Amino acid sequence: MTDRAALMPRRRELQPDPYVPDYKTSVTRSPALPLLSMESTPSEETGPRFGHSLLGPLDNDLIRNFSEGKALAIGERIRVHGRVLDETGRPVPQTLVEIWQANAGGRYRHIKDTYFAPLDPNFGGCGRTITDDDGRYEFMTIRPGAYPWPNRANDWRPMHIHFSVFGHAFGQRLITQMYFQGDPLIDLCPIAATIRDRSQLYRLVAPLDMQQSRGMDYLAYRFDIVLRGRRQTMFENKPEGM
Amino acid sequence: MVQPLEALVETPSQTAGPYVHIGCIPSFAGLDGVYPEDLGKSPISEGAKGEIISITGAILDGTGWALRDAMIESWQADAAGISPGDDGADPKVTGFCRFATDKDSGDFTLRTVKPGPVRGRNGQVFAPHISLWIVARGINIGLNTRIYFDDEDNSADPLLARIEQRPRVDTLIAKTTGAGSYRFDIRLQGKGETVFLDL
Repeated sequence: MTDRAALMPRRRELQPDPYVPDYKTSVTRSPALPLLSMESTPSEETGPRFGHSLLGPLDNDLIRNFSEGKALAIGERIRVHGRVLDETGRPVPQTLVEIWQANAGGRYRHIKDTYFAPLDPNFGGCGRTITDDDGRYEFMTIRPGAYPWPNRANDWRPMHIHFSVFGHAFGQRLITQMYFQGDPLIDLCPIAATIRDRSQLYRLVAPLDMQQSRGMDYLAYRFDIVLRGRRQTMFENKPEGM
Repeated sequence: MVQPLEALVETPSQTAGPYVHIGCIPSFAGLDGVYPEDLGKSPISEGAKGEIISITGAILDGTGWALRDAMIESWQADAAGISPGDDGADPKVTGFCRFATDKDSGDFTLRTVKPGPVRGRNGQVFAPHISLWIVARGINIGLNTRIYFDDEDNSADPLLARIEQRPRVDTLIAKTTGAGSYRFDIRLQGKGETVFLDL
């Protein structure tokens, strides 16, 4: 039996707006009617769990996982690490973290990406890991390139890594993007700007972490993630009227 | 002054983008070999107890066009209404599935076991349902909704009861199309807009 306390309501005002005209695709893909809000139920308070048996030895090493260790991906070597916490400040241990990204030239290995930057034969662009008992995770990868995308006539995505995190409850499910400190494209990006509150947006910008970098090898970036928390109370699960 | 409330705030979401498949279901994206198989390929394995059902549908945008690039995750109880991982749950039901809308037709199909009613707090009982989470390019924060079934008694479901405009309840109910098969279309916006959830 897992923890069944109710989830804290989402702070929707601090999350991105669904409808943002400058991000053109959102115009027809955003609900116009209000969401139905109510307290979470068992369907949101439970969720899938994944064990370490899922992972292969190179799953969190995007520099080597596509070639199965036979060759290295092209690009600036970086280590991305951090912790997954919940809103009460507690670590979220043993939870699956997945990432995906473009290669160093800004090209994704995806059937629908037709940008003419070349594919790297030794870079796939996906990885995954499971947090340890303190909620820590790490990946080795290459710094993804910025790239142009069809929105307004000259829009460019800042360098970014997509993150998918599960937590322990389906209602904690989160997909987001990590940006890099110092990238001037962040402030020009209509997708980043879907988050109205700039102080919230800057939580997605990973700082350079020289202490965790390794000389003659890689630079480190630190990216912490916070998932929804659960209400902490003794007054749960009592039948009506008791 | 008062004591400070020390609480963190959930990390903001960003769109999963058009290439979500690379990270979540790489084989679908044509990226074979990194993982042995895509995560959440099926929510059940051979021998799952209960009725095997198949739900097909599309996700339509505000113009009525089907999304070709969405990814959906589903989460559900087993046939007895027990959540996977809980005591007594059917070991053949993981309850979790990932699937994409087809890049040509826009249809998705979920093959699973029909869940049982789920007990909540304070004696609440939810009619059989499957929870969905939808992400795609243009969706800035994942959309939650539920599939209920037209051949189940939904009259006492506490969530459906909260929907003020009664015709909108229909947007959460899969329609029988044959033995064990259902149709469930999701409308992101406009006429017949699906009820999306914040819970």
